[in-house]
Amino acid sequence: MESQEHDHDDHTHPHEEVGRQDKPGYYDMLETAVRELLVEKKLIGADEIRRQIEVLDSRTPALGAKVVARAWTDPEFKARLLADGRAACEEMGITFYDDTLLAVRENTETVHNLVVCTLCSCYPRPVLGLPPDWYKAKPYRARAVIEPRKVLAEFGTIIPDDVEVRVHDSTAMVRFLILPRRPDGTDDYTEEQLAALVTRDTMIGVVPARAPQGSAAQ
Amino acid sequence: MAGPGIVPALGEEAIFHAGDRIRVLDREPIGHYRVPTYLRGKRGVVEQVIEPAFVDNEEEGFGRNAGSKLHYYRVAIPLTEIWPDYTGGPRDGLYIEVFETWLEKA
Repeated sequence: MESQEHDHDDHTHPHEEVGRQDKPGYYDMLETAVRELLVEKKLIGADEIRRQIEVLDSRTPALGAKVVARAWTDPEFKARLLADGRAACEEMGITFYDDTLLAVRENTETVHNLVVCTLCSCYPRPVLGLPPDWYKAKPYRARAVIEPRKVLAEFGTIIPDDVEVRVHDSTAMVRFLILPRRPDGTDDYTEEQLAALVTRDTMIGVVPARAPQGSAAQ
Repeated sequence: MAGPGIVPALGEEAIFHAGDRIRVLDREPIGHYRVPTYLRGKRGVVEQVIEPAFVDNEEEGFGRNAGSKLHYYRVAIPLTEIWPDYTGGPRDGLYIEVFETWLEKA
């Protein structure tokens, strides 16, 4: 492996080359081969691939956080969101570039919802962007449906015995977004301040939303 | 639902309804499937009919994008039904969409 010699202000030393070090794997090569064939046969163009990457890059958990904060502050929007997640997101300018529907599930005092895709990596990409690596990894995919409470505990989320756990295995046309509980002590927060409390993992259902120094909803 | 005097086409209307007790078929087809093996043969309840009807994803996986529209059903299956030794909580459940061709009345 070649290293890159360069000078810092106060020292000189070699750095590892930036970028991937190992050889591409079987599926990396398969993807490259299929992509190049599709382009060569003019079924899709390089520009379309680039455009779709831009589409995905424009979707991040910040969009979902805005949706959640709106639901926390606007009861009518929340009702529409729970009735038809996709239509409510579209109201906020979040388009759905695929044919998936969006179901929003609300965590409450009595029910805790968790999302997984046991078959692959189905995820509400239009509103959250790309899923985290652990979501696509086999341990999470298998264990979320076998021992969801243990998986949640490993995220630091202890579910009381009297709370019902609902695991949503998204494998077909519907994607799931979890509406976390609004943290206590946030009554005077603006919608923007609330959105800052909503992380990606809260919308997958593995952790509660928390106020900065406070706790999650009790 | 079709109005008075309107005859719906075969497959146009959902054949299961919310509250129906169902069983996921215990089949082992070869190829592309969307019903995880851990749910085959398990019993549950239809929670909701997913509207509108969709093309069967298992057909779509082979590029057949027409002619297979039926309904998906959101099905609730207790985790104690799936894992007999499940100890997490008696009301804990698994929720999943299953295509009509994979369900039978239980």
